[in-house]
Amino acid sequence: MQIPIAYNLRNLVVRWGTTVMTALGIALTVAVLVAMLAMVNGLETSFATTGHPLNIIVTRKGSESELVSNLARTVFQDLKVTPGIAKNAAGETMASLELITIINIPSVDQPDGINVTVRGLSPIGLELRPDLKLTSGRIFETGKREIVIGKAIAVRHPDVAIGKTLRFGRGEWTVVGVMDGGRSAYNSEIFCDLNQLTSDYNRNEVVSSAVLRATDEATLAALLNRLESDQKLNVSVRTERAYYAAQMTAARPLQILGSLIALIMAVGSSFAAMNTMYAAVSRRAKEIGTLRVLGFSQGSILFSFFLESIVLSLIGGVLGVLLVYFTLNGATTGLLSFQTFSQIAFDYTINPKVAGMGIMFALFMGAFGGLFPARSAAKKEILTALREI
Amino acid sequence: MKYLSLILKNGIRNKRRSILTIISVGVSLCLLGVLLAVYAVFYVSEAPPEQALRLVTRNKISLTVTMPGYYRDQIAKLPGVQNIMTNNWFGGVYKDTRDPNNFFARFGAEPERLLLVRPELKMPEDQKQAFVKERTACILGKPLADKLGIQLGQRIQLKGDIYPVTLELIVRGIYTANTNDEVLYFNQEYLNELLPVARRSNAGAFYVMADSLESASRLGKQIDTIYYNFPVQTKTESEQAFSLAFASSLGNIKKFLLSICAAVMFTVLLVSANTMAMSVRERVKEVGVLKTLGFTTEAVMGIILGEAAVISLLGGLVGCLLASFLCVGLRAAGGFLPQLKQAAMTPGVAATTLGVALGIGLISSFVPAWSASRTPIVDALKSNL
Repeated sequence: MQIPIAYNLRNLVVRWGTTVMTALGIALTVAVLVAMLAMVNGLETSFATTGHPLNIIVTRKGSESELVSNLARTVFQDLKVTPGIAKNAAGETMASLELITIINIPSVDQPDGINVTVRGLSPIGLELRPDLKLTSGRIFETGKREIVIGKAIAVRHPDVAIGKTLRFGRGEWTVVGVMDGGRSAYNSEIFCDLNQLTSDYNRNEVVSSAVLRATDEATLAALLNRLESDQKLNVSVRTERAYYAAQMTAARPLQILGSLIALIMAVGSSFAAMNTMYAAVSRRAKEIGTLRVLGFSQGSILFSFFLESIVLSLIGGVLGVLLVYFTLNGATTGLLSFQTFSQIAFDYTINPKVAGMGIMFALFMGAFGGLFPARSAAKKEILTALREI
Repeated sequence: MKYLSLILKNGIRNKRRSILTIISVGVSLCLLGVLLAVYAVFYVSEAPPEQALRLVTRNKISLTVTMPGYYRDQIAKLPGVQNIMTNNWFGGVYKDTRDPNNFFARFGAEPERLLLVRPELKMPEDQKQAFVKERTACILGKPLADKLGIQLGQRIQLKGDIYPVTLELIVRGIYTANTNDEVLYFNQEYLNELLPVARRSNAGAFYVMADSLESASRLGKQIDTIYYNFPVQTKTESEQAFSLAFASSLGNIKKFLLSICAAVMFTVLLVSANTMAMSVRERVKEVGVLKTLGFTTEAVMGIILGEAAVISLLGGLVGCLLASFLCVGLRAAGGFLPQLKQAAMTPGVAATTLGVALGIGLISSFVPAWSASRTPIVDALKSNL
C-alpha cells in the first residue's frame, strides 16, 4: 500500500518557509550549472551554423587557423584552376583570397578592449557566404577604406556604428554597414576590401587563406583530397564546418570550471536538503508511528520521504532553470577562441537538453539529500515514534 | 560572553543538524574563498617587486600585429630605461596539436637582455652561458619541462605557422621562477637567420625595465606619446596591467567571478537561515522558560544570534581550510593565466571569507531571533513544538 503523494505535497506546503528556502538553494546551484551549459550550447550553435557545407578553407600546410596562416597570391592562382570548384552565375570561379588580422576595440563592459577579427575579402567572398544579410547601411566598396561590422559588434560596442570610424592599419576606416550572420561566428567579425587591407598591412604578396566552393557533395571529397595531397601547393584544407567545429575547444576551460563550481555548490545544497528532510522526519515522528500502526510498510515510508525530497528538489530545479531562462536566455556574451585569438560573440541558449540536464542535476541533489533521512524515518521503532512529542 | 557555554551547548544539542550545516556552509564558503583568492590576484594584489618596474609595449592595434624592431633602440635611449628586450610570440606546433599540453608559450628573445629584464629566472650560471652563446639553444620553465618530460640537452622541434620555418632547438637551461614559468624562450637571432629579409626586423612586444617606480609610471605615457605620430602606434602598460588585459580578453572574468560569488553567498544565506529557523522554531518553549527565569529579550536574542554566528564561523573555517587545498590545485593548473599561480588564501582573503561567514550567520538568524525573543512568555510556554 502506498502513501498518497498528496500527503507529501501538503507537508511541503505547510512548512512553506523551509520548503522555499531549501528549493531556492537548490535553484541557485542549478542556475550556475544551467548558465554554464547555456553558454556552451550557445557557442556550439554559433559554430555549428557557421559555414556553408560545400565551402573549403585553405591554409598553409601546418597552420591550424586562418590567423597564423600565410598563403601566397601565386599559390592562390594555382589553386583557382583546380577542377571541382564551382562557378557563380557570372561564370567566375568561386574562390576568395582573404587576409585575416586582429584589432583591439574597447567596449562598455570591457574597457581593456576585446580582440576582433578583421577579414579582407573580395566581392566573391561575400557570395561564398550566402547566409550573411546586410541589416543596415550598405556593403563596402572596393578600393575604399570602408568596413561592414557584424551585428554582435554593433551590440557590444555602441561606439562603433554606421558613420563612425575605426583606426587600424594606416589610418581611419569608416563603418558603412551592419551585417547579420544569423547565429554564426561572422557576427563578431569586421569585413573590408581585401586589397585595401593588404596594402595597409604591407602584405600584398602573402595573405592569410582562401575559401573555395565545391560544385557538389561528390566533388567536395575529391577536391579536399586533391588539394591536401598536392605537394606543390603545400596547403592544409578542411571544410568550413569542420574548421569552426574545431574551435569548440574554446569552451573547454569554461565547461570544466563551470562543472566544478556547480559540483561544489551541489555538495552544499544537498547537505542543506538533507538537513531539511531530517527536520521533516523528526517533526513528523508521531505521524510516522501512526502510519506504521495503520499498516503502511517500512518500504512505503521510505519511499514517501524520498519522494518528498525529490519533489522539493524538482521545484528547485525548475526554479533554477526558469531563473536563468528569464535573466540570461538570449543575452549576448563573448569568449576568446585561441585559434583565432579573437572573441566570438554568442547568445546564452537554453534548449530542452540544457533544461533537462539542470533538472536531472537537481534530482540527484534531492535523491542524495533525501535518502538518509528517508531511511531513518523508515527505521523508526513504532513505539518510540509514537511516544515522541 | 558569559552566555558562551550556553551558546555552545545549544550549538551541539542537535549534532547532526549542526554538522550538516557546518559542512554545507563550509563547502559553499570554500568556493567563495577560492573565487575571492582569484579575484584578489587579478584585481587587488600589488605586483611582485620585479614586475612593478616592468612595462610592456605592444602595437596599439592588437597584440598580434608587430612593430618595427628599431623601436627597441629608440626606447632604450629614453631616460629612466634600465633595460629593454624584444619578445616575439612564435606560435607553431610542438609534436602535434591534439594534446593540449603541447600548447605552451614560446617566445623568441634576446638571451642577454632576457636575463637582465627578467632577473627572476633562476638557473645555474653555466646554463645561462650556454643559452647566451649557443644560437640554437632554448630554455624553459621547470614545471613545463616536467609536464612534457623534457631534459637538459634534449632536442626540440617547433614547426612554425606564423613564421614559415622549422626550429631545431636544444634545451640548454631549465629555469625556475615564481611566476610565468611555463614559457620556452629561444634565441631570436636563430629565427631571424631563417626568415626572409623583409620579416626579420619586426617585434611583437618590448619588455621595458625602468630604473625606478617613478620612471615606470612616467615611461608608460612617454613611449606612447613619442610614437603617436608614427605609422605604427604603441600601447604601453605595466606588466601587471598587460597580463590583466590579456586575461580579460578571454571573456569578462570580473563579471563571471562576481556573479558566482553572489550566487554562492545567497545560497549560504539560505542554508543558514533555514537551519536557524528550524532550530529556533523547536525551541520557542525554551525561550519562554529562559525569559521566565529573568533573561531579557536582548539576552535571548544575543544567545540565538551567537549560536548562528558560531555555526557559520565554524563553516567559514572549514571553508578556508578546503579553499587553501583547492588553491594548491589551482596553482598547479595555472597554465596560461600566470596570475592563477599566485592564487592563495592570504590572510586578507581568509579574513574576508570569515567576515562573510559571520555576516551571513547574523543576518540569517536575525528574523528568527527577533520573533522568538519577542514572543510573549505565555504564548511561548504554551507552544507545543
